[in-house]
Amino acid sequence: MNSELQKKYWRENLKYLAILLSIWFLVSYVFGILLVEQLNTISFGGFKLGFWFAQQGSIYVFVILIFVYIRLMNSLDKKYNVNE
Amino acid sequence: MDVQTWTWILVGITFALYIGIAIWSRASSTGEFYVAGKGVHPIANGLATAADWMSAASFISMAGIISFSGYDGSVYLMGWTGGYVLLALLLAPYLRKFGKFTVPDFIGDRYYSDKARIVAVFCALIVSFTYVAGQMQGVGIVFSRFLEVDITTGVIIGMFIVLFYAVLGGMKGITYTQVAQYCVLIFAFMVPAIFISIQMTGNPIPQVGFGSAGNDVVYLLDKLDGLHRELGFHEYTTGSKSKIDVFFITAALMVGTAGLPHVIVRFFTVKKVSDARKSAGWALLFIAILYTTAPAIALFSRTNMIETVSNKPYADMPEWFKKWETTGLISFKDKNNDGIIQYVANKETNELDVNRDIMVLANPEIAGLPNWVIALVAAGGLAAALSTAAGLLLVISSSVSHDIIKKIINPKISDQGELLAARLSAIVGVCVAGYFGINPPGFVAAVVALAFGLAAASFFPAIVLGIFYKKMNKEGAIAGMVVGILLMLFYMLKFKFGVFDGGKTAVVSLKNDWWFGISPEGFGTVAMVVNFIVAITISKFTPEPPKDIQELVDNIRIPSGAGEASNH
Repeated sequence: MNSELQKKYWRENLKYLAILLSIWFLVSYVFGILLVEQLNTISFGGFKLGFWFAQQGSIYVFVILIFVYIRLMNSLDKKYNVNE
Repeated sequence: MDVQTWTWILVGITFALYIGIAIWSRASSTGEFYVAGKGVHPIANGLATAADWMSAASFISMAGIISFSGYDGSVYLMGWTGGYVLLALLLAPYLRKFGKFTVPDFIGDRYYSDKARIVAVFCALIVSFTYVAGQMQGVGIVFSRFLEVDITTGVIIGMFIVLFYAVLGGMKGITYTQVAQYCVLIFAFMVPAIFISIQMTGNPIPQVGFGSAGNDVVYLLDKLDGLHRELGFHEYTTGSKSKIDVFFITAALMVGTAGLPHVIVRFFTVKKVSDARKSAGWALLFIAILYTTAPAIALFSRTNMIETVSNKPYADMPEWFKKWETTGLISFKDKNNDGIIQYVANKETNELDVNRDIMVLANPEIAGLPNWVIALVAAGGLAAALSTAAGLLLVISSSVSHDIIKKIINPKISDQGELLAARLSAIVGVCVAGYFGINPPGFVAAVVALAFGLAAASFFPAIVLGIFYKKMNKEGAIAGMVVGILLMLFYMLKFKFGVFDGGKTAVVSLKNDWWFGISPEGFGTVAMVVNFIVAITISKFTPEPPKDIQELVDNIRIPSGAGEASNH
């Protein structure tokens, strides 16, 4: 694989990482910690929203993020023909 | 049948299963011993990683900690799961592509230096030994509480089991035993949770029951907040820790998770790079089942306990109360001699002390579940402790036989010789761990929590920079690791053990001196940032890494060709 293509592949990978890690940061550090009081004023079912993100929601999102990453990378690998 | 008979039966069956698997999957080469021949299916690896990861602390203590600290307990929930996102996105696929056997292998090769390798081995050994001692202690505790053998006998039984399958099977044996152990521990965790969720909310899914109303149509969380206010505790759904501390502890646990050698090494065992990504996803899914259930158990058991004991006559307490009282884990002192239990936040008037570990261990009894369910919890706790202990022992033995003996002392050693060395160091490792399990030095429990800080402060930056920053050189990486781990050790010794201010007694008063109000548990994040800064700054003023190393970095960034790279 030539180095130009390789750079492009790497840049696209970094872009995915930036997006996914921003969501990772948002659901845990922002929703679960920094803005927890504000979100706690909203409730759904028996949960206060901030508390829910800290003890449930962030974990669900983490799982989803990894599976999205797997899909994105599998198709990126195919596109650049670097899959195994 | 009584609980004890059930416990012996279930523990006996599960132990026989682990030994059977070990005999079936014993290792015949170093490749099989260190990384299971790199042929593990991603779902099997996900299961094994989940069991490897979830220790006695996750299984026995975590729900209890959350139960007593409410919102503050979120740091463990987010910290110990969010780390897998970092692992999957930043580490696992690249380390798999790199394709050697251990974490110090990567550090040593990427930073073209045996010094870097030695620093990494040293960090791996510190982290793993502190952690494994806690596991053996957990084994001893489960044995002594459920089977009424003393802790020493319990630890020795546990040592023999681990010894048998870790020494015989290496990574291959451990992997398949861990798959079985995951099934045992998750079943043992979920069955009581589902029973109790149905009892309290009518909903069989604990994650839903968590946000549901009880039989009196009040939401359980609201009810518990109310009970807490009445008794003077901080509200369950809001915290008592400062925001900055919660932030930093969560970050230290996340990054530490991603830097733990026994977790990272699991991703070396799959066939290809895409499998490494997949198994990280599966691992987190399997872990999330327990981690989203734990806070529900915490809520159920806290509510149950307060309603059972608060302002009730001591004479009316149920049988489980008396039973746990004899173990010293519940203690009642009738300060005002009214025969009624006052369980309140105020230490002067509070009459009841409850050990937090009871929340999981006694939960089935408190809820009046059948005997076999209670026995199941013992088998699950043992599975959790043994699986983690085995994973850690493998890191210890491969650090000695591969990173020290093969790579530094005697590179000419034959494969069979190295395999023998690996087995012998596993035996020594078990004995040392067992010794600390029987004679726990007071600092073990405290240090286990700090092992994450140490991993965050040392490995994580070195590995991430090694992959994402091609110009990172050995000078920068070594300086970063050394400064990071020393800073973390210093902060730990100063604020956790009071070493510089007259010992343990000084620790409480030192709280006001915490830098930026960050506890020792959260300081790993600061030490990690310092590691990054030191590493990058020094690398700017020292020579670039050689061309072939920069090519190596280019190579690990591309998934294809992982098969060849694994040739050792």
